[in-house]
Amino acid sequence: MRAVVAIARKDLLVELRTKESVPAMALFAVTTFVIFHFGLDRDRLEGELAAGVLWVTLLFAAILGINRLFVAEREQGGFDGILMAPIERTSLLIAKSGALIVYLVALELIALPVFALFFIDEGFWAAVPRLALVTLLADVGLAVVGAMLASIAIHTRARDLLLPILLLPLTVPVVIAAAAATKPLLSIPLDTSGVGKWLAVLALYDLVFGLLAYAVFDFLMED
Amino acid sequence: MVLITTALALVFFYAPNDADQGFVQKIFYVHVPLAIVALIGFIVAGVLGAMHLRTRDDTWDARSYVAIHMSVIFGVGVLATGAIWARASWGKWWVWDEPTLVSFLIIFLLYVTYYPLRYSIDDPQRRARYASVFAITAGAFVPINFIAVRMAESLVHPRVLNQTAGDMPGEMRLTFLVALAGMALLYVTLVKLELTSKNARRQLRRLRRMLEEEHSGGAAPPPIATVPAKPN
Repeated sequence: MRAVVAIARKDLLVELRTKESVPAMALFAVTTFVIFHFGLDRDRLEGELAAGVLWVTLLFAAILGINRLFVAEREQGGFDGILMAPIERTSLLIAKSGALIVYLVALELIALPVFALFFIDEGFWAAVPRLALVTLLADVGLAVVGAMLASIAIHTRARDLLLPILLLPLTVPVVIAAAAATKPLLSIPLDTSGVGKWLAVLALYDLVFGLLAYAVFDFLMED
Repeated sequence: MVLITTALALVFFYAPNDADQGFVQKIFYVHVPLAIVALIGFIVAGVLGAMHLRTRDDTWDARSYVAIHMSVIFGVGVLATGAIWARASWGKWWVWDEPTLVSFLIIFLLYVTYYPLRYSIDDPQRRARYASVFAITAGAFVPINFIAVRMAESLVHPRVLNQTAGDMPGEMRLTFLVALAGMALLYVTLVKLELTSKNARRQLRRLRRMLEEEHSGGAAPPPIATVPAKPN
């Protein structure tokens, strides 16, 4: 557990000092919102369209961060360090997922207000508590799957090419559930029915892939 | 085994049961068994991948790879026959509000990425390990994806084998089950064939390399491999 905290702390400190991932992700998200504004030619969004724009943007922005997740480990020998240290290898997975969750939350802290400013008329703040819950559950799923796939992709020749095509199909259930849960929250008369069901789906996804990543991660870390 | 797969064709012509959809409905005997076998193949590949991680025996990895390979090929067949059937009975080549179609497409897209993943890892041991991890993850993903997509969509696609919707008359059910068995055996046969050919190719390559070493003699510089090392 101490190893987990140490690795995650290291990652967050590095990110805090270099500001490599999160600002780029946030900038990407904001720019994508602008692109959507012109692509859809809409000033205001609501309901399923709003949910779709939001989640597609967040997912693509997350990919940027996930792609960078293990770069330092690879370039500066961090993997060897982890392997030589007398710690469980899965602590790397947990730490990386944790760091990624922090990145994603930071991203959403910027992206969600901007999204509301650009596209949502009013009633957004009433939806925020539930939206935060949806986002958090989706973040956990994205982070676990992202950390696992990033550790696979980093060892291949086609690294940053391979990650999105592996990640996107695997995260389709997250997008389905998150967008479906967000849709009623962003509808003009705020509607909270059916949100619970999708939260359950997200939680199930997080649980299954969390356990799965935990089970297979050891095998990704040999040699 | 091949005999039984030809029995599939025989049943196909011998027991034609035109339902309300007429002749087009026949594609059902190809489409559904293909889909079921492909999905089971994906899940089996996950189990085989787990066997590889457990035993570190490369033959398990090869089996897992070939199982996925064949399932992807079957998957192309599923999408093609499904599109034809959809065009004939629903009037469109592709329908988005069909959970079964959409989830199959997502799973298919996921498994197609198995190839770039496999071919972009050079170290054979690592390749086998990562491919196995992928096979397990994706195998677990198959049911989850079906749950998620199905929850999101309507239920128009007929479920054939569940308790209520399986109201097939006896003859149709028999034909369907024979078609399913035939398709499963075809799958197994193809997997075996591919495994044998892979083994043969590997042995051939090894023999050639030995031969080359003999020819080049002791003092000569190490021979440049004339046979490119193909990923297996």
